[in-house]
Amino acid sequence: MHQMFKILKYSFYDLIRSRWSYVYFLFYLLLGFVLLFLNNDVSKAVITLMNIIIVLVPLIGTIFGIMYYYNSREFTELLLGQPIRRSHIFLGQYLGVAGSLTLSLVLGLGIPFLLYGLFKSNAIWDFGLLLVTGAFLTLIFTALSFNIALSHENKIKGFGYAVLLWLFMAVIYDGLFLMSLIIFEEYPLDNFSLIATMLNPIDLSRTLILLKLDISALLGYTGAVFKSFFGTQWGFLISIIMLCLWTGLPIWRLVYKAKRKDF
Amino acid sequence: MIQIKDLYKKFGRNQVLSGVDLTVQKSGIIAVLGPNGSGKTTLIKCILGMVIPNKGTLIVMDEPVKNNWRYRKQINYLPQIANFPGNLKVKELFTMIKDLRQQPDQQDDLVSLFGLKPFLNKKLSTLSGGTKQKVNIVLTFMFNSPLLILDEPTTGLDPASLIQLKKLIQVEKAKGNTILITSHIMQFVEEVADEIIYLLEGNIYFKGSVAALKSKTGEKDFEHAIAAITTNASNV
Amino acid sequence: MRPFHILLFILFTSTILYAKNIEVCSTCSAKTIKEAVANASAYDTLLIKKGVYKEFNIVIDKPLVIIGKDYPLIDGEDKGEIIRIVSDGVTIDGLYIINVGTSYTSDYAAIRVVKSENYVIQNMVLEKLFFGIYLERSNNGKVYNNKILGDAVNEYNSGNGIQLWYSHNVEVDRNIVQGVRDGIYLEFSDHITINNNKSINNLRYGLHFMFSNDDVYTNNIFENNGAGVAVMFSKRIKMVGNTFKKNWGTAAFGLLLKEITDAEISGNTFEENTIGINIEGSNRIEYRNNNFIKNGWAVKVLGACYTNTFIGNNFLYNSFDISYYSKLNDNLFEENYWSNYTGYDLDKNGIGDVPYRPVKLFSYIVNRTPETIILLRSLFMDIIDFSEKVSPVFTPDNLLDARPLMKKIQ
Repeated sequence: MHQMFKILKYSFYDLIRSRWSYVYFLFYLLLGFVLLFLNNDVSKAVITLMNIIIVLVPLIGTIFGIMYYYNSREFTELLLGQPIRRSHIFLGQYLGVAGSLTLSLVLGLGIPFLLYGLFKSNAIWDFGLLLVTGAFLTLIFTALSFNIALSHENKIKGFGYAVLLWLFMAVIYDGLFLMSLIIFEEYPLDNFSLIATMLNPIDLSRTLILLKLDISALLGYTGAVFKSFFGTQWGFLISIIMLCLWTGLPIWRLVYKAKRKDF
Repeated sequence: MIQIKDLYKKFGRNQVLSGVDLTVQKSGIIAVLGPNGSGKTTLIKCILGMVIPNKGTLIVMDEPVKNNWRYRKQINYLPQIANFPGNLKVKELFTMIKDLRQQPDQQDDLVSLFGLKPFLNKKLSTLSGGTKQKVNIVLTFMFNSPLLILDEPTTGLDPASLIQLKKLIQVEKAKGNTILITSHIMQFVEEVADEIIYLLEGNIYFKGSVAALKSKTGEKDFEHAIAAITTNASNV
Repeated sequence: MRPFHILLFILFTSTILYAKNIEVCSTCSAKTIKEAVANASAYDTLLIKKGVYKEFNIVIDKPLVIIGKDYPLIDGEDKGEIIRIVSDGVTIDGLYIINVGTSYTSDYAAIRVVKSENYVIQNMVLEKLFFGIYLERSNNGKVYNNKILGDAVNEYNSGNGIQLWYSHNVEVDRNIVQGVRDGIYLEFSDHITINNNKSINNLRYGLHFMFSNDDVYTNNIFENNGAGVAVMFSKRIKMVGNTFKKNWGTAAFGLLLKEITDAEISGNTFEENTIGINIEGSNRIEYRNNNFIKNGWAVKVLGACYTNTFIGNNFLYNSFDISYYSKLNDNLFEENYWSNYTGYDLDKNGIGDVPYRPVKLFSYIVNRTPETIILLRSLFMDIIDFSEKVSPVFTPDNLLDARPLMKKIQ
């Protein structure tokens, strides 16, 4: 196990020193400062941040993940010749990428909010939840992109599929979702919509944030299933469990695939 | 040391290894040769556990290769393409591999041998191809292992370094270690190899000493002997 | 005229001269309130000392002042009505009344005022009640500083906290009403002022107007009721400086307006309600300087609403600012602040250079298929809303704030 942490450490250091990690970190830092100090409105900042986290974090996770995997292929081969368990090599690299991205996100946004005196404001929970979902989305989409990269030797193809995956999860899925809701509006759709939400980690994270930001609107809906989902702690609990599953499954497949792959 | 039985490997529709049987018992320098696409690298990677065979058994250093990683403690591997994480410094790369292997090393001797001292604090991405290969070689010879696997070790080396490499190989041989080499430079192979394994179409076509090869083909020149093997094979 | 004046003077001084205090307690000469009322003459003061009085159906038929010392407990033992006032000029002050009888046929109240005037009901604490204070055809009264704490569970077998029926010119001030059906209910009652009350956790409405005109309510707090305030079939109601908070649930709203006209709604705060204001068939209403904060829908307009004006309001972080069902718009939105506004102000006059469209296409979709609410804030919806903003197809073309403010109104 501690070999995995060594790999994690080196991948992490490697990334922490790359230009892109800084760009990503600085982007969030700047965003945080602009939102808080130019606008001076925490509630508005949280809403804007939510939109960004839902869209941008998965995209960055996907692209960074796939780029890192392809760029470190030789490094991986070097490690494969060393006495290290395969799963540890890939898990270590994966956690290195996902970890450095998460750190950029949490620090980049956290510092301006700390300076702003977030802890005096009651937006702390909304904000904390934003960071937690952002972290989850990073973990999930980096894992998904590693999966794609493992299955495609061709960089261009892999990159294309990764971007497509993001586009599907972030936009197309919701379009199809909306269309099916409208087409089948005569039928009870409570369960369908909740399940459809669970099946897309972006929707899942969005719902989690909606529970904080838009609970007033959500409780306006009549369905009993919705009501128990949004009106109680169940919604929060189930969403978190599903996010954990969404993180765990791609990681499991990553290890499974890595063990069976030729290099 | 290495026992391979009935080894098959297919990439897509391309059958690369078809029933390789190979036993390496004694120490010395063994060259794995063969035309492009004959399965040299695949065979080496099977031994290293990087390629997973479709069929057959591999036992390396008395341990089965399948789902195992510990036996690699006794192997030093020099990969064909020397490319490293660009953001790491040379020094850090050495430290990292040492950290991962936790074995006694001879880094300092090798660094001065290849004149790498001025590069220790440089980032790997800024190094030239030749320098990278030197780093690669240092990494490989840093630890004392009974089995060394060198995939095209001469790529990009200047003559001086090539001489050092040959010396290093001889030192390892003198220690009683086994060295597995692939190379396209026949002169190099002839000079160092004790034994030749010639792969053709996924099978071992010839195994024996350089002298045996020459006598078998009736050629005096090693390069011609190799060429003759290939034409003979296609005539058969 | 002169003899009449003298007569009045004599009458008045004589009542003061002859008015006396009667004490009620377990060791006093008057042991029950009923007994004391029977023995008292008009304009006497009844001092009820601390203790438990198991009484109901106490009828006060002469102008008396009834004062409780240290909140004496009157326990009705669920037998029926507790106090009924049938005389003008009665004051009740500082009693603690519990266990009002519940009935499906008659509306038992802790205190009922029938066809009487100039009454004062103050500092009362009412618990375990059916109806609290019931004013029936009784004008010119004052209901001050009472605490009504019900424990109602179902609408059908619970009553209202303070109910006014055909009663005019009444002041309802500084009361706390919770856990009843309607906190305060007005039917056919005009010129009522309702100020500084707190109406929370009630089953139906915090405050409910039916067929009542020219009423004013200011500085009240309505929190976590089935719905905050319902104003129905009433005219010229002034609603100023109230807070409508956390009225959550299906068809829950801060304020419901149904068939009302010429009202003024200003300086109120609507915070975290499922619907801030729900408007149906209401015309000529002026909305000014209200704050709509974090509501599901700040304003929901359900057809047939004409010449309403929204000027100088703050719309902050609502899931939906305005929702419309019809494609026609005859209402004016101007110089409001919208936190969702993304325009710019190049000439720096504090007013955005591009108009703001407060109705999103998504709100139409949600009106049609409520389950789609789960897609709120998704990128797909944002894209659709954006395209609708650029070229409105489904939303009324003229429904816009042409002069949106760049800064929140303080």
